[in-house]
Amino acid sequence: MKKIMMGDEAVARGAYEYGITFAAAYPGTPSTEIIENIAKYKEIYSEWAPNEKVAVEAAIGASIAGARSLAAMKHVGLNVAADPLFTFAYTGVNGGCVIVTADDPGMHSSQNEQDNRYYAKFAKIPMLEPSDSQECKDFVGYALDISEKYDTPVLLRLTTRVSHGKGVVELGERQNVEMKPYKKDIPKYVMVPANAQKRHVVVEERLKALRQLSEEISINRIEWNDREIGIITSGISYLYVKEVFGDEVSILKLGMTYPLPSELIKKFAEGVKKLYVVEELEPYIEEHVKSLGIKVIGKEILPIVGELNPGIIRKAIKGEELEHISVDTKVPGRPPMLCAGCPHRGVFYVLKKKRVPVLGDIGCYTLGAAPPLEAIDTCVCMGASVSGSHGFQKANEHKGRKQKTFSVIGDSTFFHSGITGLINIVYNKGNAVPIILDNRITAMTGHQHNPGTGKTLMGEEAPEIDIAKLSEAIGVKRVRVVDPFNLKEVENAVDEAVNTDDTMVIIAKGPCALIPPKPQGECRIDQDKCKKCGLCLRLGCPAISKKDGIFSIDPDQCTGCTVCMQVCPFDAIEKVR
Amino acid sequence: MQEVKSILMVGVGGQGTILASNVLAEGLLKNGYDVKMSEVHGMSQRGGSVNTQIRFGEKVYSPVIEVGAADVIVAFEKMEAVRWLNYLKKDGVVIVNTVEIPPLSVLISKEEYPKNLIEEISKSVKTIAVDADKIAESLGNIKAQNIVLLGVLVKYLGLQGIDWEEVIKNNVPQKFVELNTNAFRKGLEVI
Repeated sequence: MKKIMMGDEAVARGAYEYGITFAAAYPGTPSTEIIENIAKYKEIYSEWAPNEKVAVEAAIGASIAGARSLAAMKHVGLNVAADPLFTFAYTGVNGGCVIVTADDPGMHSSQNEQDNRYYAKFAKIPMLEPSDSQECKDFVGYALDISEKYDTPVLLRLTTRVSHGKGVVELGERQNVEMKPYKKDIPKYVMVPANAQKRHVVVEERLKALRQLSEEISINRIEWNDREIGIITSGISYLYVKEVFGDEVSILKLGMTYPLPSELIKKFAEGVKKLYVVEELEPYIEEHVKSLGIKVIGKEILPIVGELNPGIIRKAIKGEELEHISVDTKVPGRPPMLCAGCPHRGVFYVLKKKRVPVLGDIGCYTLGAAPPLEAIDTCVCMGASVSGSHGFQKANEHKGRKQKTFSVIGDSTFFHSGITGLINIVYNKGNAVPIILDNRITAMTGHQHNPGTGKTLMGEEAPEIDIAKLSEAIGVKRVRVVDPFNLKEVENAVDEAVNTDDTMVIIAKGPCALIPPKPQGECRIDQDKCKKCGLCLRLGCPAISKKDGIFSIDPDQCTGCTVCMQVCPFDAIEKVR
Repeated sequence: MQEVKSILMVGVGGQGTILASNVLAEGLLKNGYDVKMSEVHGMSQRGGSVNTQIRFGEKVYSPVIEVGAADVIVAFEKMEAVRWLNYLKKDGVVIVNTVEIPPLSVLISKEEYPKNLIEEISKSVKTIAVDADKIAESLGNIKAQNIVLLGVLVKYLGLQGIDWEEVIKNNVPQKFVELNTNAFRKGLEVI
């Protein structure tokens, strides 16, 4: 049977067909749909982990127990999980283990566009790179076979266009893969120096065998056509090259990109007149080809920044551009924004009013940096708001600058890596103030459950981790839970925090406006009372607009959250239902 | 089997471009076409500009459409049609929903929503303007505008031979099947 599948969905299908027993992930675009789809197969135990490190460590445990396992994450998630990954490379596996990284060239929904292919080389583990959905499924099978045969975790590297691209996939049956027996093996699994020193030797021997495999494996293949031009490529770039050149040029298509097949590359280079490497982001393959003493054209004509597409390749290699329509009319940009009824809006409004530094984090609330709110000062990585605010505050204090520092972090991000920052504040007697924007869901990635929501990935009831009690247990002196739709309450808590030297946490607890059922309510502007001061527009609510001098609220979008009502100094806004 | 066709659907997060493209892709697959699609999830969906790309034919490589390569742009919103117009082939066609969804900068009066966009577009390219929101609203739910536009597209591409109503049934919740089937039929009648 054939089905159109997203790349992520096809990885999930591969997990099913190739007998994976355990899968874990933390959501992150473009990887989220992998485990969401795995969860549809009841034959696989799957779970959301609080972060990527925990997901990989759990997959390691499952592998050592004897099960085929998988952990999935976005590119920056692998930074979080790098610690276990590098040592897992030494211990090797029992049941096969696939670590999926979904990179985001072009940063559609990310804070950087790091090229995670270097992780395979750095950690010395094999890497496969599928080009389309069919390969996404098939390569899970190759990865598991390689993992078990060579006793190593395998990195499966996708990019946004592979993860979220859709193509036709031929479905198969699930293989019945038995759990392997577990045998205690201290020299293999306990990485104390004496054992690790021996395991590093094993890793180097394994690499030799994997280099040989890379020369022979069928997913590294040459398509000989005209020999004037030869192109080495992998992943999505292969499809772009085929789009531009079809069967006009010779292609070395690499499905296994670590270790790279040096002999195959040499053979290919000798067989063509002019050699190119076409790859997105870093000159990863190009550097290797050059290290073999082969002349090759790559990043001098192709961009290192952003995504490739067929047009860029066409222009760079063929010097051609497609004719296209152009119009002179300039249209305003349409950046994403906080939804009408979003619980973050009121908190940002208050923080902006107080003119305090606010270190931000990763989630919908990063949109609080956009005009007109412009309420956050930084966004670095998951968890960096809480820990960063501590450093910000301490440095200021040490040099006699008196200013309270705040941070904003979502519930899921707090569980991911905000907790350790909070422990640091308490331990080091800081008093920067984390505001936990607890909207009861992992919103930005599309509403995934987390340790605070009371539900698991597989839909079971679970204990709700109570952020207020957790903060108290850590030793925070003042814990204030506020309603983010009540501006006075938020403001009082912020004022209290500004004026105390105690450690303090504010939890702004209000559900994401998109959690069904959609909140039903409506505010309306009384045109007789409206003085057209424009304060309500400073909320950046998509339901409020000014047209031809008249301020109004779109009843279809309004949720009746009343934040604008509280902002209006003339009582011109009323709640009508 | 014909050469590869490229359809670019553009709109605003929440307008249902992904559902429309899923229905299109499934129908095409069932009728023996190779199909590739690309869409963007995540941050841009919070009211931002979104696009879904569908390519079909005997053998499709790239899931991504390059500038100057789209046969049809289906714009769910007027301004988005202009934003993506350079993706269209010289002899391509734009199917555009005449609705205006102002971005935040327009809502807060920092910028103006550009005027006469349809006239502007139709000066340079064949344009089919459809008041899909109004048609959907007359059927009882404005949200079905995406399937109205799909109907227009199917008619334009001459793909009426495919059992689209069956595909729609597979892709929408039971209680919305009738609405969407009617929306699709209305779309077919537009041109």
